[in-house]
Amino acid sequence: MNKKKIFLSILAALLVMILAINAQAQNKNLMMATTTSTDNTGLLDYLIPHFEKETGIALKWTATGTGKALKLGQNCDVDVLLVHAPPAEKKYIEKGYGKDRRQVMYNDFVIIGPESDPAGIKGKSISDALNAVKNKQAMFMSRGDDSGTNKKEKLLWENAGISIPDKEKWYVQTGQGMLATINVAQERNGYTMTDRGTYIKYQSQKGGNAPLKVLVEGDKILLNQYSVLTLDPKNCPNAKYDLAIQFSNWMASQNAQNLIKEFRLLGKELFIPNAK
Amino acid sequence: MDFIVAGFIKAFELLVSGDSSTWTAVWATLKVSTCSMLLSIGAGLPCGFLIGYFDFTGKKQLRTLLDTMLALPTVFIGLAVYAFISHQGPLGGLGLLFTLTGIAIGQTILAFPIVAAITASTIEGIDTDLKLTLVSLGAGKRNIIATCLWEVRFGILAAAVTAYGRVLTEVGISMMVGGNIKYHTRTVTTAIALETNKGLFANGIALGIVLISIAFIVNLSLSFLRKQ
Repeated sequence: MNKKKIFLSILAALLVMILAINAQAQNKNLMMATTTSTDNTGLLDYLIPHFEKETGIALKWTATGTGKALKLGQNCDVDVLLVHAPPAEKKYIEKGYGKDRRQVMYNDFVIIGPESDPAGIKGKSISDALNAVKNKQAMFMSRGDDSGTNKKEKLLWENAGISIPDKEKWYVQTGQGMLATINVAQERNGYTMTDRGTYIKYQSQKGGNAPLKVLVEGDKILLNQYSVLTLDPKNCPNAKYDLAIQFSNWMASQNAQNLIKEFRLLGKELFIPNAK
Repeated sequence: MDFIVAGFIKAFELLVSGDSSTWTAVWATLKVSTCSMLLSIGAGLPCGFLIGYFDFTGKKQLRTLLDTMLALPTVFIGLAVYAFISHQGPLGGLGLLFTLTGIAIGQTILAFPIVAAITASTIEGIDTDLKLTLVSLGAGKRNIIATCLWEVRFGILAAAVTAYGRVLTEVGISMMVGGNIKYHTRTVTTAIALETNKGLFANGIALGIVLISIAFIVNLSLSFLRKQ
């Protein structure tokens, strides 16, 4: 009957495991949807433990494109958002999904590409650069996922007087996060647009000697503003509005702003705090 | 090629150093896949038995349906489960989104047809002579069923192993329903997807080795059961 004993003890162990699944404490939990850039760079891993220690609120986050993050908020699947697509955010509040929008930090978008620069865009204005890419049919990687970065990129094509090159062979829509897209661009020797934070993270992964270089930067339109958005309790009565406000206030606090400023890779700031 | 070697070294380091993000992912994977395997066996075994043991009209069609369900893509299951347990969905009030329980539901849907189909096939494969012999020996209905189940115990074990392998390695459901939340719903497979997305191939390979090790240990213990 040894067999039976072994079998029963295995069964008992499995039952304990199942029960353990639901045994997690549920008090003061905040669920956030955010963009891949805040997560991939390691900013949240660095910042959030401070928040949890100071407020006693456990913050969990899922990292996705801004488009999906907004959708998760609209469906009340999260409590708070940290996103970077100001025009979409304002519309979101007008439609009654979002309530308060608080700017917390920014960096800028840059166009990166191989050092050989086949389309010769280095130092050009953003519109001229995109036109050069199009005329040379040089490989260009797009996120293609309706993320904040993707929304901005589409706007830049529009401003340059080019319709989105959706079906062009040289225009590759990866449908993946920012770091993944940079890696695709590196493999295919192409250009892409990225936020500077993620680019610095990529540089540090390559030991400071990255094959892709910043070629276009500095245009005012390339500013990349990150904001905390709370959800309108009218649309999502179950979302933890009070805790979301606490998070929003904390992100704008002097302490958090200093922490953001001190977050560096290769000695460079990835995000510049600008809460008011 | 460097990152493959680096991956092996890293895997060893991660496990030995007790790296908390790795171990919580391993633990989450074990919990959720064990839970979904048990649930799918609980539901799939009786269903498979009924389908395999009895003859009834529509049996063929039911088998075809079951076999089609074997091909359900995990991303589709993930999407369907998301639609149901999102706060806007019919089961939204239960708060299952971004939880391991949510993932377990999806994986149960994934594993159920595997268990049911394999069980049905092995039951169908039982020698009809066995049933006749049992009847002629004067065995009651309950006895016959019990004997049949005992006869196919290794087939059922095979069903469990196959189902476990499937839920242990799927990534679509875990990603979509679980949200890949660090220390909570990040499983080994979603962690691999993330590390690969970040371009950290060595970390991805290390986690892959961890996953294969888990599968190896599980199969080893099951084959131990078989020998007993």
